[in-house]
Amino acid sequence: MGGLQVSEGALARAGRRVCRGAAPGLLCLALTSCSGGVLDPAGPVGEGDATILIDATAIMLAIVIPTILLAFWMAWRYRASNTKAEYLPYWSYSGRIEAVVWSIPILTIMFIGGVIWIGSYKLDPFKPLSDKVPPLEVQVVSLDWKWLFIYPDQGIASVNQLVMPAGTPVRFSITSASVFNAFFVPRLGSMIYAMPGMVSQLHLQADEPGQLWGISAQFSGDGFSDMQFEVKSVPAADFTGWAKNARDSGPVLDKAAYEALLHQTQRVPPSTYRAVDSGLFQDVATQKIPPGPGPQPGGPEHAGREVSPDGSTGGKD
Amino acid sequence: MFGKLDLSAIPLSQPIPLITSAVVILLALGVLVLITVKGWWPYLWRDWITSVDHKRIGVMYCLLGVLMLIRGFADAIMMRTQQAVAINAPGYLPPEHYNQIFTAHGTIMILFGAMPLVLGFMNFLVPLQLGVRDVAFPTFNSVGFWLTASGALLVNVSLFIGEFARTGWLPYPPLSETAYTPGVGVDYYLWAVQISGVGTLITGINIVTTVLKMRCRGMGYLRMPVFCWTALASSLLIVAVFPVLTATLAMLTLDRYLGFHYFTNTAGGNPMMFVNLVWAWGHPEVYILVLPAFGIFSEIFPTFSGKPLFGYRSMVAATLFICVVSLMVWLHHFFTMGAGAAVNTFFGISSSIIAVGTGVKIYNWIFTMYGGRVRFETPMLWSMGFIFTFIIGGLTGVLLAVPPADFLTHNSMFLVAHFHNVIVGGVVFAIFAGLEFWFPKVFGFRLHEGWGKTAFWLAFIGFWVTFAPLYILGLQGMTRRLQHINFDVWAPWLYVSVAGVGILVLGVIAQVTQLVVSIRNREKLRDVTGDPWDGRSLEWATPSPPPFFNFAVMPNVEGEEAYWGIKLRAVETQQLSPEPAYEPIEMPLNSPVGIYTAFSPRSSVSR
Ligand code: HEM
Ligand SMILES: [Cu+2]
Repeated sequence: MGGLQVSEGALARAGRRVCRGAAPGLLCLALTSCSGGVLDPAGPVGEGDATILIDATAIMLAIVIPTILLAFWMAWRYRASNTKAEYLPYWSYSGRIEAVVWSIPILTIMFIGGVIWIGSYKLDPFKPLSDKVPPLEVQVVSLDWKWLFIYPDQGIASVNQLVMPAGTPVRFSITSASVFNAFFVPRLGSMIYAMPGMVSQLHLQADEPGQLWGISAQFSGDGFSDMQFEVKSVPAADFTGWAKNARDSGPVLDKAAYEALLHQTQRVPPSTYRAVDSGLFQDVATQKIPPGPGPQPGGPEHAGREVSPDGSTGGKD
Repeated sequence: MFGKLDLSAIPLSQPIPLITSAVVILLALGVLVLITVKGWWPYLWRDWITSVDHKRIGVMYCLLGVLMLIRGFADAIMMRTQQAVAINAPGYLPPEHYNQIFTAHGTIMILFGAMPLVLGFMNFLVPLQLGVRDVAFPTFNSVGFWLTASGALLVNVSLFIGEFARTGWLPYPPLSETAYTPGVGVDYYLWAVQISGVGTLITGINIVTTVLKMRCRGMGYLRMPVFCWTALASSLLIVAVFPVLTATLAMLTLDRYLGFHYFTNTAGGNPMMFVNLVWAWGHPEVYILVLPAFGIFSEIFPTFSGKPLFGYRSMVAATLFICVVSLMVWLHHFFTMGAGAAVNTFFGISSSIIAVGTGVKIYNWIFTMYGGRVRFETPMLWSMGFIFTFIIGGLTGVLLAVPPADFLTHNSMFLVAHFHNVIVGGVVFAIFAGLEFWFPKVFGFRLHEGWGKTAFWLAFIGFWVTFAPLYILGLQGMTRRLQHINFDVWAPWLYVSVAGVGILVLGVIAQVTQLVVSIRNREKLRDVTGDPWDGRSLEWATPSPPPFFNFAVMPNVEGEEAYWGIKLRAVETQQLSPEPAYEPIEMPLNSPVGIYTAFSPRSSVSR
């Protein structure tokens, strides 16, 4: 591992140099046009992911660009109309070229393999970001078609709105109360699936206060396109203030209120809950509370050309 | 018999599907009437529908594939235009329709477009290149084709009656379970894919047996054209993984029809198991498609360079290497499900190792041109376009195989750009190159060069204008499968992309024009030699089109590149080989078993 790390560091540096030097084309076009995207990270995880993405691209471009040039040069040099080029109608083997041809991809992939190995461990979403600063706990439930965020330590919850203190690591525990979704805040980095009956862990951090956004990255049905949420990174003091405000107003997320959330709705505006049943997340994740019922006969999702399981037409007649 | 369907399944209230349905039905009726009026039925029945000739079946496979590519392209136009107009607006396709379109697009393009074309090439070419008269099981072959055709029909019927799945081309549960998708769409998907899957398995078995047992005299394994090697590797993968798909979809069917709980949300079902199983088929599936494409390029590069393929043995080794390793990488499709660092590392490295095999192949094609006399006819243009496009696609593939990079780009437009880069740039370019290359062999006349080159340039430029912006959109955080767009920053690149689709439309028009112009000038373009490109493998030793028995006398192969060897010897000795001793030939009879199996009401599934 030690050896790998050394070479990775060197490579990363070399990679960045290559990016600045040889590969200004597509890559840097992408870079500049990506403000607000994954190459404009707002926290350490996003930065780690993006660095690896760029380094790996640079390592590969170092070999891909010469290969493409070689291909076109070869085709041009040996075009039929070029009578100056020698014609070797029987030539089909050269041990030396074969050796090179196998070793170039093998070496490249060995480098990439090092990046994969180190990167996978360093940026494992389950791994806490810091062992000194205790993280803020946030529990995430994906619903049809909105996101529920529960702050167990603050005893509050919010829908389609994630507020987090800047500079503090956040530990997300993520599950789904219906179908698969993927929790993704592009500028914070690593996405992870929200899956029913399972809890995924994700550690993220926003370095500076700012307005971000999140999205579901796994198709989840008709309301999927609006399964987006606002993400506010605020100074630590403001976070406490926000939590206090939330505690003072809004409804309570009890069983009945959660039932209502389980039904399919779209474009749900952000809102907060004053209090949350303790253990709600556990009950959702273990499916003690059954998952969302999906489309209901008579509901708008049934208005199409759809027929329900018992054969009766829903909604249309 | 009609199961869940009743009259309300016909989209009387929705203009877009209704008009499309009407147009398609009218066109189909028109064709049927034309055939009837002209009295072509007996000919079609005798020479095509009941034919068990591998060449006829190959041609029908390709025809089906081309029709489905066009259908899938129509879906693509709708998706790109919808996303271009639905920016902070609902657009013209509501979600329940849009979601069917992207599902149908993926399913049709991969399973009913690219697959039949690839299987068609294998059917047509493998026996000819191996110097034999048919595949191992000719009637079985016809059954395989007609099953695929009936699956394709079922998908297209769903356009007018009922609906298609709205779940994505791989119907992940629990979304695809009855609780969340109660309609008939997923059922259409399941039956169509199951039926055609059996057809594919049959063809796979056929090709494996043919290659292993039926080569002509002297055709040792290491003398087979590389296309036959790739057909073998691809068919071995079919035999290995299509049963996995069948079983997986059968489990989902049991969930939906009989209330089982394999993948349900509740009662102990495990939806993640579906994801594992379906990708255990799904990743090898992409290599099932692309290996024969590599085979096609391995025929084109030597022919148009006027010299043998560089590093034949390396090429074979790389093919088999890819075949085996592609079975061990499936988890890279869900690094983001939280498998843990060790598992992600393993699958990340195994995925990128595939690129070694691919890289070797690319260098071998490049060195095939070294010392050659490279002729830039249309098939060669597609091949050069492929080299460029596929290298970039491979690069982004390896990038997606780096877990932390995938954590940012999974399911984004970046991913969409990647797989189109490899599937269009790899498989579809190979198909067009191959159609151009073998068309004279199949039909006896060449295709028009000028229109062919025009079509290539439009497709190549159109491809990049359409898909390069998707890489950028992916890096901007745009996910796939959005029916409308809530972020203005994405708008410019979506507009560029839709312009690219416009160029691609012109490309398709050029392609069709090429066909029409060539048919009209077929006398001028006639291939009288049977060897229009100075070919190197045995199919070029037959007249164009080849007789139904392929070879009057079974060839005797004395080296790699059998036909080139024969030509060389003829040049050296300044004479043709002596008049052979002709023997009686035994060929299989026509059989309607295939079409009956696929379409007769008694054998079709009725509930
Ligand atoms: C150089 C070798 C390749 C590597 C390392 C590679 C890697 C990957 C990875 C890691 C993904 C999953 C990304 C994600 O879901 O986040 C992916 C997706 C995909 N790849 Fe590749 N790929 C390669 C070549 C190919 C080829 C040759 C094809 C097809 C002929 C192909 C077709 C696809 C398709 C269809 C998907 C997306 C499927 C879906 O999610 O619907 N790839 N590839
Ligand atoms: Cu894959």
